[in-house]
Amino acid sequence: MKEAKRIEAPFGEELARSLRSGERVLLSGTIYTARDAAHRRLVEALERGESPIPLKDQVIYYAGPAPASPGKVIGSIGPTTSGRMDPFTVTLLEKGLRAMIGKGTRSQAVLQAMSDRGAVYFGATGGAAALLARCVRACRIVAYDDLGPEAIRRLEVIDLPLVVAADAWGGDLYREGPPRFRREI
Amino acid sequence: MREVEVARVEEAVRRLFLKMNCHMLPDVRTSLEKAREEEVSELGRSVLEDLLQNARIAADEEVPLCQDCGMAVVFLEVGQEVAFTGGSLREAVDGGVRRAYAEGCLRKSVVCDPLFDRKNSGDNTPAIVHFDVVPGDKVRLLATAKGMGSENMSALAMMRAADGPEGVRDFVVETVRRGGANACPPIIVGVGIGGNFETAPLLAKKALLRPLGVRNGDVRYARLEGELLERINGLGIGPAGYGGTTTVLAVQVEFAATHIAGMPVAVNICCHACRHGEIVL
Ligand code: SF4
Repeated sequence: MKEAKRIEAPFGEELARSLRSGERVLLSGTIYTARDAAHRRLVEALERGESPIPLKDQVIYYAGPAPASPGKVIGSIGPTTSGRMDPFTVTLLEKGLRAMIGKGTRSQAVLQAMSDRGAVYFGATGGAAALLARCVRACRIVAYDDLGPEAIRRLEVIDLPLVVAADAWGGDLYREGPPRFRREI
Repeated sequence: MREVEVARVEEAVRRLFLKMNCHMLPDVRTSLEKAREEEVSELGRSVLEDLLQNARIAADEEVPLCQDCGMAVVFLEVGQEVAFTGGSLREAVDGGVRRAYAEGCLRKSVVCDPLFDRKNSGDNTPAIVHFDVVPGDKVRLLATAKGMGSENMSALAMMRAADGPEGVRDFVVETVRRGGANACPPIIVGVGIGGNFETAPLLAKKALLRPLGVRNGDVRYARLEGELLERINGLGIGPAGYGGTTTVLAVQVEFAATHIAGMPVAVNICCHACRHGEIVL
């Protein structure tokens, strides 16, 4: 297997367009967590012309961590199902969002907006939450504190292991991967 | 009558949820190890290796295997010769859940109102509790921390008897084909056949609590389990849904009597974070 490519967030369109579905990457830098309730509020805020976090060239991780145990930066933090964020995602991509991290399939509308704008969707291994937490070096709540696990957090990560699940050229591992191993019985 | 303090139930519930959230069950580990040896996809093997390493980290650090520490489901089989003392049994179960989720730094994922305000209850209660009264003077607790990612991909069909085994197989396979990639594969599939609109899903959930690889005692249903396993793995969804030969670790079927006019079939999907445990008091 090809060695994982090291990349740094935030990043621009050029880097996003260089990534292809199926490729493994190790992501370092600054990313934001946001899931269901935070997406709803974020989109409502954008409609009012506000945004609690920067979006241009940023990476959003669909995740709500477990509470940190004493002495830890963060609790276990794996991805949640991305499809639930689909209804909000096109709006965020229009505001310059560059990448998303989650698990599972995306809608056609999201994949299309990603190709149009040069964005990328990474898969993190669902359920590997204790392993992924080890890559988080700092964590701070930056918005919607009242949402508890669903609050928006800014994370500093090192070598977060990801797979390019869908790229900016229409490539989609969830669609292309399974047929290679399909056996009709 | 045998008296049982509800505080003992609370303590048992607490212990069960603390343990199951941080320690992968040995049968799940063995099954993942076997899958890692047999998986054809290289990327798939690396996903399986991540899951095994994740389990080692979770156990070493006593942190949850998955950030979604599930909704607490407790099956309580109460011997009819038992008298509970010292308070409410239902509150004791919630008390055990509350303490486990606070002490174990487990994520609280329950909202009180499902449709309107969706405010987090803050302590992962209420638990979902199923009571059953059985002969004897024992209390058996069967608990599971059920993640919603896989629960969301589950389904119920009110089928016709004429649909037969082929109809059941198609429905189960189609349910996994549609949602399997989102349910953190490799998954475990629980199937409940028969009963009523409410019993089939309960059977499917109970099927998930059986140790992996223990086949149904009825050879016809055991054969059905084997056929479903083959067909689902033939879908090629693979670890994490990236493509591969390991989509399901086990298919477990439970059945019950039903009405002459019907054949309910429920498919309850569980991710590899298959967390459950049992204590008898
Ligand atoms: S489906 Fe299971 S492994 Fe995946 S996020 Fe939910 S609880 Fe965790």
